[in-house]
Amino acid sequence: MSDLTKLTIAAARDGLAKGDFSSRELTAAHITAMTASKPLNAYITETPEQAVDAATASDARRAKGEAGKLEGIPLAIKDLFCTKGVLTTAASHILDGFTPHYESTVTANLWGAGAVMLGKVNLDEFAMGSSNETSYYGNVVNPWRRDGDDTALVPGGSSGGSASAVASFSAMGATGTDTGGSIRQPASFTGIVGMKPTYGRCSRWGVVAFASSLDQPGPMARTVRDTAIMLESMAGFDAKDSTSVNMPVPNFEDALTGDIKGLRIGIPKEYRIDGLSDEIDALWQKGIDWLKDAGAEIVDISLPHTKYALPAYYIIAPAEASSNLARYDGVRFGLRVEGKDLNDMYASTRAEGFGDEVKRRLLIGTYALSAGYYDAYYLKAQKVRARIAEDFKQAYLSVDAILTPTAPSAAFGFGEKGDDPLEMYLNDVFTVPASLAGLPGISVPAGLSKESLPLGLQLLGKPFDEETVFRVAGVLEEAAGFTAKPTDWWRG
Amino acid sequence: MSLDKATVAKVANLARIKIEEKDLEPMAAELNNILGWVEQLGEVDTDNVEPMTSVAEMRLRWRADEVTDGGYVEDVVANAPGGEDGYFAVPKVIE
Repeated sequence: MSDLTKLTIAAARDGLAKGDFSSRELTAAHITAMTASKPLNAYITETPEQAVDAATASDARRAKGEAGKLEGIPLAIKDLFCTKGVLTTAASHILDGFTPHYESTVTANLWGAGAVMLGKVNLDEFAMGSSNETSYYGNVVNPWRRDGDDTALVPGGSSGGSASAVASFSAMGATGTDTGGSIRQPASFTGIVGMKPTYGRCSRWGVVAFASSLDQPGPMARTVRDTAIMLESMAGFDAKDSTSVNMPVPNFEDALTGDIKGLRIGIPKEYRIDGLSDEIDALWQKGIDWLKDAGAEIVDISLPHTKYALPAYYIIAPAEASSNLARYDGVRFGLRVEGKDLNDMYASTRAEGFGDEVKRRLLIGTYALSAGYYDAYYLKAQKVRARIAEDFKQAYLSVDAILTPTAPSAAFGFGEKGDDPLEMYLNDVFTVPASLAGLPGISVPAGLSKESLPLGLQLLGKPFDEETVFRVAGVLEEAAGFTAKPTDWWRG
Repeated sequence: MSLDKATVAKVANLARIKIEEKDLEPMAAELNNILGWVEQLGEVDTDNVEPMTSVAEMRLRWRADEVTDGGYVEDVVANAPGGEDGYFAVPKVIE
């Protein structure tokens, strides 16, 4: 049998349906790949026995003619989703030993569709980071390396473990979450597809909260079609999430018509930032040409408040995080460090339990919300956010989707952007504006850098119009013909 | 607006994060670096702009005020460090 781990989800679905192989065989191949991928440190918790049991149950359902949309497909789950009976860490020391007695809505939806969990994958602590260097469980390594250079590179973040697992063929797909680019940027860094749906499309219930007005779960996989298949099963109304939107979930795969004739694609001039590298600029131009050749109309647009998105984000996200993370008090779950009184116990637990980046953001957030500064920081940032959202609204009066680069660079080495947090924050310059506006966005692998590292292009859509995003992404993917793969050096 | 050592100590107390005295100064510098960068938001004209409170134009849903869930104390306290007999345990608060 050929290597089952190299199949797409769509091909595996068809092979399972035809009886070419079983979910047990497919899952076993991925468990072997997962075990061999330890040098990448993509997984925090592997659940191979549970995976075999789930695959066996899946094969039984199929035999009875009860196959779901993801029947028998092995997936990795970002360790930010609560999974019943399985350690859930958010990659933080403060959640030591936390084993939820409930299942997140998104993962429950996936299991309901027949999917199989391989394990829980690594991330930046509480999803705060763009390089997966802030995890308590260690750095995740990108399966890609520069041409002729074995320096270890970051996989991007925060969904770095998800990206690394999918790019290294140890999972067919993975869940991610995106607050300011945490699905799209790692997808770009690892040569895979990552889709952030419209805010409200996927339930946040049971997902460890970072910044509640921005957090959105989404799929990561190796093709646009695979992300469309996954999203259909992940999405849907959930009464347990007050911002979940009650509208029907389309068949996203049907949106991949390959036809974008007459669609209007916006190119925002403000994304041509100072110091944008020539190769990113050239790739962007290629993307423009591909879509034009496919019959789309290219329209120059302006999103005038783009440059204020990052500073607004770095007030809003930490402010919401400071509120959300107040729950880690050493009383109800996870780590407790004893102190001389209750307050001392809280402060000691949080000092030991949180890493440096999390602490930095909690302090910024606490300050931005504190008496006397709320108007100057938080309220001001929310007003700027309204202007950013208005920019997109205006643009969408004349275009159907927007094309930009996903990230300002290819993957970089560990510690290369360590000293100044601001330098790291700039990674999200192209992804944050759509997050603030709640819009759907996808990163599609579109080419290689001069050092042979993957680079992605980003497509943004109108609210709840993931279908157009998928449709254009499918055409972009086809035109780019990105077939490069990392060499599997980690197998030793 | 610039944070001094005392303000950082105050904010750290509000956030219930213990910071050693020697770390206050470096932390103040880090936070000032970020807040200095954020100052550029002041360039944006936000007069007569309502702050954004919801990304999708939606109202929060109403529901009947009734019990729909509960009755599993063991599950709720299962992950608590030091809890017992269905209670969370904390250090003595009242002398």
